[in-house]
Amino acid sequence: MTTLTPEEWETVWLTLAVAARAIGFGLPVAILTAWILARCRFPGRGLLNAVVHLPMVLPPVVTGWLLLIVFGIRGPIGVLLHDWFGIRLVFTTAGASLACAVMTFPIMVRAVRLSLDAIDGGLEQAARTLGAGWLDRLFTVTLPLASPGILAAAIVGYATCLGEFGAVITFAANIPGQTQTLPLAIYSALQVPGGEAKAAGLSMISLTLALTGLLLSEWFGKRLNTALGR
Amino acid sequence: MSVSVAIRHRFPSFQLDIAFDVPSPGVTVLFGPSGSGKSTIVSVASGLLRPDSCRIAVDNAVLADIGAGIWLPPERRRAGVVFQDSRLFPHMRVAANLRYGMRRVPPGAIGFGDVVDLLGLSGLLDRRPYTLSGGERQRVAIGRALLAQPRLLLMDEPLAALDSARKAEILPYLTGLKTALRLPVLYVTHALDEAARLADSLVLIDEGRVTAFGSVQDIAGRADLPLARRDDAAALLLCEVAEHDHPRALTRLMGGGTALWVPLLNLPPGAQCRVRIPAREVILASRTPEGISLHNVVPGTVRRIAGDPDSRSAMVEIALPDGALLSRVTPDAVVRLNLSLGAPVLALIKSTSIEAIGT
Repeated sequence: MTTLTPEEWETVWLTLAVAARAIGFGLPVAILTAWILARCRFPGRGLLNAVVHLPMVLPPVVTGWLLLIVFGIRGPIGVLLHDWFGIRLVFTTAGASLACAVMTFPIMVRAVRLSLDAIDGGLEQAARTLGAGWLDRLFTVTLPLASPGILAAAIVGYATCLGEFGAVITFAANIPGQTQTLPLAIYSALQVPGGEAKAAGLSMISLTLALTGLLLSEWFGKRLNTALGR
Repeated sequence: MSVSVAIRHRFPSFQLDIAFDVPSPGVTVLFGPSGSGKSTIVSVASGLLRPDSCRIAVDNAVLADIGAGIWLPPERRRAGVVFQDSRLFPHMRVAANLRYGMRRVPPGAIGFGDVVDLLGLSGLLDRRPYTLSGGERQRVAIGRALLAQPRLLLMDEPLAALDSARKAEILPYLTGLKTALRLPVLYVTHALDEAARLADSLVLIDEGRVTAFGSVQDIAGRADLPLARRDDAAALLLCEVAEHDHPRALTRLMGGGTALWVPLLNLPPGAQCRVRIPAREVILASRTPEGISLHNVVPGTVRRIAGDPDSRSAMVEIALPDGALLSRVTPDAVVRLNLSLGAPVLALIKSTSIEAIGT
C-alpha cells in the first residue's frame, strides 16, 4: 500500500470523527426510538415506524435534499439553530455528521429493536415485582439485556457512516478538511486524471475500516452473549 | 391476621370468580387442575394483571380494592413472586440477583445471610444463572423474592418444571422456610404431594371457582370433595411426636385427638409432624378384632358417606375428636356394618400404611 500524504491522513481522521459524532448523538436517540416502538402502543406508531425507516428506502440524495430543506439556513429548524445558537449545519463538519446519523438511524433502530423484542418480558415483570419502577427496569434489566443489539447497532452504524456518500455530498458538500470524508475523497480522486492510485489507497483504507468494524462487532457480540448466558 | 382474596375477572373464554379468607402467617396452597385459574390469582395478587374487580388484603394492609379505587402497582406492592420458570436475570451473578429486590426496599426482618443459609446458596453466589441446575435456580429465585421483604409471598407452581429428583431436593428447603419465616404464602400447585407436605390451609379451585377452603386437615378429611374421589385420596393429620418405643421400634404420635403408632421416626419427642393416611388402607370394624398384627384401632363416629358415581365404592368420613379419617369401602361393607351417620365405628390402620411427610 502506498504511504498516505498528510491530506489523506486528514481525510481518514475527519471520516472517523464525523462517524463518531454521528453515532454519539444518533445512538441514544435510536435506542429511545426503538424502545418506544417495541414497548409502547399509541396512535401514530405505524407512522413513526415508517418515518424512521424512510432513509433506508429513499435515494440518499433525496434524504440530503430534505435535510437541506429542513436544516438549511432558511429551513424551519435551520433558521432556529442559526438565530438562537449561531449553529450552521449546511456545508459544515457537523452537517456531515447529521447526514450520516440520519442515514444510519434506521439500521441502528432495527438492530436495537430486534434485541429488545428478543428479551423475555417475564424478566421485566420479575423486576417489577421486586420493586423496580420503569426507568429502573430500563437501566438495570432491559438495556443490559439488549446490549448485544446496541453494540451491533453502534458498530455497524459506525461502519456504515464511514461509507455514507449521497446524503453527505448533498447536504454538507465536498469541502476538503471539513466535509470531505473518505468516499467523497475517493470520488474526487477519480474525477482528476491520474488519481487512480490515490483512489486505490483510500479504497484500501475504507475496506480495512469496514472489515475491522464487522470483525469487532462479531467478537464483542459473542462475548456479550456469553456473559448473558446465551 | 389473615389473607383475604376476592377476584372477579372475565376472559374471552373463561370467567374467574373466587373468594377466600385464610389465616396469616402460613402456607395456603391453591390446588386445582391446569387451567382452573390458579395462576391468574397469583398474577392479580402480584399486581401484574388488573382484573375487572378485586379486593386483596394482607394482615390489614389493602393491596388492591378496585371498587374503592385502590390498586398498588407491582413495584410498590411488596408481593414477592416465585415464577415457575425462575426468571433470574441472566446478566447478573447469583449474589446480584439475590440483592436486586433487597436494594429497593427498606431493610427488613429477612437478612441476606439467613436466606443464604436457609436455602443453601453459599456455594452459588458467584455463579451465573445459566450454570445452575433447575433446582438451584428455583432456590435462588425463592431467596431473591424473600429478600425483597415481601408482605405476601406468591409461588406459582415453583416445582412444576423440575423432575422428581430435583423436586425431592428442594422440598426440604421449603418446609424449612415454613418454620423459619413467619410469612403469608400463596402456593399454586396441581401436585397433591406438594400440597400435602406444605399446606397449612388449602383452597380447592376448579373452573375459576373455589370448591372449598379451610385448614389442610379439614379439607383433606372431607369425603364429599373432589379430592376424596382420587385414587390416592388420603386424610391428613397434624401430629406431635409423643414418645419413642425403641425396643419395639415404634413411635407414638398424637394427632387428631387420638394416638397413632408408626414405625420409629427420626424426630425428637415434641416435634411436629404430619401424616398421610390413605383411604384405601383404612379398614372399618364394629368391634375390636383379636389376634392380628394391627397397632392402631382408632374409635370415631361416621360423619359422612359419599358414594362414587358408578357406586363401586363408598368414601366414609370418620370424625375424630380433632380431625377426620377417610376410609374407602365397598357399598356392601356399608350395609354389613350397618354404617349410618353418627354411628360409632373403629378405624383399623396398619402402622406401616401411615406416611410421615415432614413437618
